[in-house]
Amino acid sequence: METEPQGYLRTDGRKGIRNYLVVVYLVECARHVAEKIVRSYPESVVQLIGFSGCFPNDYSNRMLRRLCTHPNVGGALLVSLGCEGFDRNSLQKAIADSGRPVKTLGIQTTGGTRKTVEAGQYWVGETLEILQEVPRCPLSVDELVVGTICGGSDATSGITANPAIGHCFDILAKKSARVIFEETGELIGCENFMAERAVTTELGDEIRKTVEKAARYYTTLGHGSFAPGNADGGLTTLEEKSMGAYAKSGNSPISGLLKPGDIPEKGGLYLLDVIPDGEVRFGFPNINDNAEIAELIACGSHIILFATGRGSVVGSVISPVIKVCANPETYRQMEEDMDIDAGKILEGRATLDEVGEEIVRKIIQSASGKPTTSEALGHQEFVLTYKTFEPLGPACFPA
Amino acid sequence: MVPTQLDSLLIQLHPDDNIACLARTVERGGTLTIEGQEFNLKMTLGLGHKIALRDISMGEKIIKFGAPIGSAVERISTGEHVHLHNIKSDYLPTYTLEEGSKYGD
Repeated sequence: METEPQGYLRTDGRKGIRNYLVVVYLVECARHVAEKIVRSYPESVVQLIGFSGCFPNDYSNRMLRRLCTHPNVGGALLVSLGCEGFDRNSLQKAIADSGRPVKTLGIQTTGGTRKTVEAGQYWVGETLEILQEVPRCPLSVDELVVGTICGGSDATSGITANPAIGHCFDILAKKSARVIFEETGELIGCENFMAERAVTTELGDEIRKTVEKAARYYTTLGHGSFAPGNADGGLTTLEEKSMGAYAKSGNSPISGLLKPGDIPEKGGLYLLDVIPDGEVRFGFPNINDNAEIAELIACGSHIILFATGRGSVVGSVISPVIKVCANPETYRQMEEDMDIDAGKILEGRATLDEVGEEIVRKIIQSASGKPTTSEALGHQEFVLTYKTFEPLGPACFPA
Repeated sequence: MVPTQLDSLLIQLHPDDNIACLARTVERGGTLTIEGQEFNLKMTLGLGHKIALRDISMGEKIIKFGAPIGSAVERISTGEHVHLHNIKSDYLPTYTLEEGSKYGD
């Protein structure tokens, strides 16, 4: 019997499994200053996130609001140059309203790089003491939000790691945890299978529409979500990669559709639509795996399950990433970067169900504070780009 | 989905599939057994790569996980490697680097 993890109880009632302070640059021009502040503290305590663009964008603002008020985050320092378009006041207010300590430093008004770094270090030092006082509380599985992604996929991903994650998702959904799968662009070809699993026909129709939107988007760009390494690894077509990726969702009914920043309220399985609405405007929907991870975290994910065949090394800021390695040859080559050896299924050393249960145990350990391999190696990737979304209709959240 | 181990090297993921996957890397000349008949690989193939379980005609769907994953662009014989050279996506073309993803010397 595993001991129940102890969470961090935030003043807004949400429970986290990590207790980070984030330093946020509000434009690329403020990044160096923000980074200098972060680097003066251990990486397990203070983390860097931000948005590089100078033009305002509702999506990126919402993403940073969700990330700064994520249950794994206890406070935020916002670093602004002063003239950028980002709406810093609404971000500061959202963080303050959640009860978290927050401060905005303007580099121009503070007096440049050195003075702002010093002022930032002073505030972070004081605030870390407040974070030490955050009360602990028991956190049960049904309070967890777990997201999943696959990256650096090969033909083993859909045979071992993805279906094992699917089994883990079935176990978690049965225990009323909230589990989220995503990347509708990598589910092209699976739309009818997914629609049949939706809890209502209206939701099924919405799921079909969202995959049609993804196919349209990628067709306009002339490039699907398929990298050359996928083909070297034995995957031939986008729909083949899709079917493999789809296995991560397991067999539970699909309870709802989300867009980045929507936090599911009830336990169950959710699909996250990551493809922007409207005309193709800002380029590729997700420029890399970390763009998707950031969106899963903005939907409240405490933990990310990352299936890889070719061997990705990334982690993330804010939420631990558990790497599930699909390919036994890759595991032997890159063992230090992996948390779970799912490739052993191919070698007859474990069944899919056993690996699924092993992933559940790893989630509990990680929720209890044990660092994952990417955390221990210091991975804190983060990326945020421009997007445009329309709000979801009621069909996407069946009662 | 319960995969079926056809011989020590081949896994069929769904009973409707007309391809199977290599369970491990197989060297050139390695022998695969499909319904009692032996086939030798013309080139070394990494684990996960697809092998035709029966003759597939041009235009026919390739079935994996019990679902179509593309169409044959030429006739494919039993035991042949099924990949970029003989099938294509029914959705979007596949992008690859000319020399694969290998690093230069």
